[in-house]
Amino acid sequence: METLATVLPLVFMAVMGLAMLAYVVLDGYDLGVGMLLPRAANDAEKDLMVSSIGPFWDANETWLVLGVGILLVAFPFAHGLILTSLYLPVFVMLVGLTLRGVAFDFRGKAGDHRKAFWNAMFTAGSFIASAAQGWMLGSYITSFRSDWWTYAFNLLIAMAVPATYVVLGAGWLIMKAEGDLQVRALRWARQAVIPFAIGIAAISIATPLISETIFNKWFRLPDFFALLPIPLMTVAAVAALWHVSGRKQIVDAGYGWIVFVATLVILLLATLGLAFSIYPYIVIDRLNVWEAASATESLVIILIGTLFTLPAIIGYTIFVYRIFWGKARVLSYGA
Amino acid sequence: MDPTSLILARIQFAANISFHILFPTITIALGWMLLFFRLRFRATRDSKWEEAYYFWTKIFALTFALGVVSGITMSFQFGTNWPGFMEKVGNIAGPLLGYEVLTAFFLEATFLGVMLFGRGRVSERMHLIATFLVAFGTTMSAFWILSLNSWMHTPVGYEIINGRFHATDWWAIVFNPSFPYRFTHMLLASGLTMCFMVAGVSAWQILKKVDSAATHAAFKSAIVAAAVLIPVQIFMGDLHGLNTLKHQPAKVAAMEGLWETEKGAPLVLFGIPDPVTRSNLYAIEIPKLASLILTHDPNGELKGLNDFEGKHPPVGPVFWSFRVMVGTGMLMLAASWLTVALLRKRTPATLPKPLLWGLSLMVFSGWVATLAGWYVTEIGRQPYIVYGVITVAETAAKHAPAMIGLTLSVYLALYAGLLIAYILVVKRLAEKATRGEALSLPTSFNRAQPSA
Ligand code: HDD
Ligand code: HEM
Ligand code: HEM
Repeated sequence: METLATVLPLVFMAVMGLAMLAYVVLDGYDLGVGMLLPRAANDAEKDLMVSSIGPFWDANETWLVLGVGILLVAFPFAHGLILTSLYLPVFVMLVGLTLRGVAFDFRGKAGDHRKAFWNAMFTAGSFIASAAQGWMLGSYITSFRSDWWTYAFNLLIAMAVPATYVVLGAGWLIMKAEGDLQVRALRWARQAVIPFAIGIAAISIATPLISETIFNKWFRLPDFFALLPIPLMTVAAVAALWHVSGRKQIVDAGYGWIVFVATLVILLLATLGLAFSIYPYIVIDRLNVWEAASATESLVIILIGTLFTLPAIIGYTIFVYRIFWGKARVLSYGA
Repeated sequence: MDPTSLILARIQFAANISFHILFPTITIALGWMLLFFRLRFRATRDSKWEEAYYFWTKIFALTFALGVVSGITMSFQFGTNWPGFMEKVGNIAGPLLGYEVLTAFFLEATFLGVMLFGRGRVSERMHLIATFLVAFGTTMSAFWILSLNSWMHTPVGYEIINGRFHATDWWAIVFNPSFPYRFTHMLLASGLTMCFMVAGVSAWQILKKVDSAATHAAFKSAIVAAAVLIPVQIFMGDLHGLNTLKHQPAKVAAMEGLWETEKGAPLVLFGIPDPVTRSNLYAIEIPKLASLILTHDPNGELKGLNDFEGKHPPVGPVFWSFRVMVGTGMLMLAASWLTVALLRKRTPATLPKPLLWGLSLMVFSGWVATLAGWYVTEIGRQPYIVYGVITVAETAAKHAPAMIGLTLSVYLALYAGLLIAYILVVKRLAEKATRGEALSLPTSFNRAQPSA
């Protein structure tokens, strides 16, 4: 029981990190496509863009439910503290997600004269939700401080997260689209790389400055050298992203997926870095994972469920991605 | 705790969950109805079933989307509005919610894509399986969330250590005393809500002369199912009431408008409960009937509200909501049985106009009864969040009233807009569906070809 009590909170912290990362990557690309919608050349292109995410967006969003679910289930104390501190941005995000989710259906069903309105809601909702998530990430990293410096930082992240999603969305479209749309998607990806990189850099610089504990962790010798691969690999991945997104011939040669995968690698590294910074806290310098955790017997119950269901979920998610593999076609409920 | 904040937080929670429940109630049962249409098509190869499936899939997709977005809001509400709830009972509520996400949400959300857009990409069998999994997933959601909700009404299987709940018996927690009743009653409510929606929309299509063989098939399936479900629902409702009497007598006293403890208590058909004089104004009563219904003995004793002074819920809302629910149920009984009786001699298209109008008006009657039922249940447990153990006020977040007021008004405006849009779009889809034209129905299913 003693060791379980030590280990289980860490396991759940890891699962939560994984769920959040899955959320950012998966819902990230469809929020990104939502923000890119107004830049489509015509209505047919818009339909195709929406079709490319049609079968997936709902399941993608479920990773967010799993993420907060684990927070709520495994770390009830942190859950209350974090969500009450983020009351307003959470609310803004929910409004955004609501608009985006319903617009997806209304745009095709409410009639042609209302389509433009729901397209606009789709884009607005995607942007609002992404920016709110950025703000939440910013305030989380700054331990929910409230002074003007922190607000400026939060605002910066609130702009960087939509840019990240745009890169993901464009990367997705490069894989799912052909011809003109694909070429344009490549350009959209490149335009968003710089704000995306600035966001990553800002977070990397800010976290050690926010907290002395984190500073000491990163800049203590010899750990510093052991950790060096994380920033170095991130820089390499950003360079790869920049390189590929500027060259149509690479995409034509069949390597367009590099844009998406490079972004994924960057986000993975960023998550690792952040996890290292925060560990063992769940709210930096205020609450550690053990203080925040549920009773061990409850964690065991969920762990059992997770062990059986998570592989199944991953399995059938892959199965569904395979069904809709390949270039997107306009969707219909018929054949 | 600022009382204004508390009341606003409660209104906000109630508004969000009331909005959410509207859509799952439809999708839980509509999923099974769609599966039924598909199975009929498989058995008969009559394209009207295919057409009915196709039409109702569109409404399912729309309804599902609204259910999902409002559900996401719900999953944040516990944290933003009642942080104390998870801190105290997280050990019990957490796993139940966790299992809902793991066993239900992912299943339905993932296979929804295949169900909606997978035709022509997967085999007919795989497509049927996907449809089944979506219906199954929505039902599992209801299972877990109602288990939690019922546990909050009849908490068992726990011990309290240092102010926190710890589970001692998971089986007892999941299958707590009120769960079987609440779960069955809710699933039946969902079935009825869906049936009256399908019947109402179909009746409207007949009136607007945009009906087809598919409309008639859907209409008949729905109204026959409704006629079967409603007596079962009334019977289950009675059992549910008996169960509530055992565990929450104050709620039943409020439902019945019974102030004094009495032997042979009357059934109050109408009356205005007055909290000041603690009596009913203008009461119309049937002697001894309440005792007969609730104790199955005309002279049985029922506890009155005065025995719970200071610890019973507000009487008016519970009393009225209960009458709205039961009244709607009776209306459903009359409407469905009358229609089924007439259908023995007539086709749906030749039913009397007033009846078709009546059914069209009842298109959302399930919503009315469901919401009313939930208000009975939830307001009737006040002031507790976990019955008899924790009050709502103890768990509320300390936000400024202005902030909750602001978010509440935005939510309300958003919901009003979405509800109007939803109803208009359902109406539009209904009127557009003309006799199978331009439907381009799939005649056969291709094998899955996940081509690169
Ligand atoms: C189509 C919907 C519908 C219909 C026609 C009825 N109900 Fe109902 N009722 C519900 C939908 C519902 C509900 C929304 O599903 C509730 C709220 C919580 C629950 O489990 O079920 C509910 C709650 C509920 C409760 C409260 C239980 C509690 O929480 O303590 C009682 C006593 C009844 N019902 C009894 C009845 C009776 C006697 C009916 C006879 C006509 C009836 N219901 C029809
Ligand atoms: C099954 C899952 C549900 C859970 C876990 C749940 C939980 C809660 C909680 C935590 C509260 C706040 C505390 C309180 O005021 O008692 C509440 C209140 C309330 N809920 Fe539910 N609820 C559920 C279903 C519903 C549904 C479906 C409806 C309506 C359609 C509903 C209507 C209400 C109302 C009206 C209140 C406010 C009561 C008041 O404050 O007077 N609930 N519920
Ligand atoms: C506090 C209470 C509740 C919470 C936290 C909650 C949460 C959620 C969430 C997050 C979703 C979206 C899942 C997805 O991404 O697919 C959802 C959908 C759903 N919920 Fe709820 N819910 C609550 C109450 C209820 C109640 C009272 C019922 C019915 C009895 C219900 C039944 C469903 C069903 C069937 C779905 C899936 C179908 C659909 O979205 O239309 N939920 N809920």
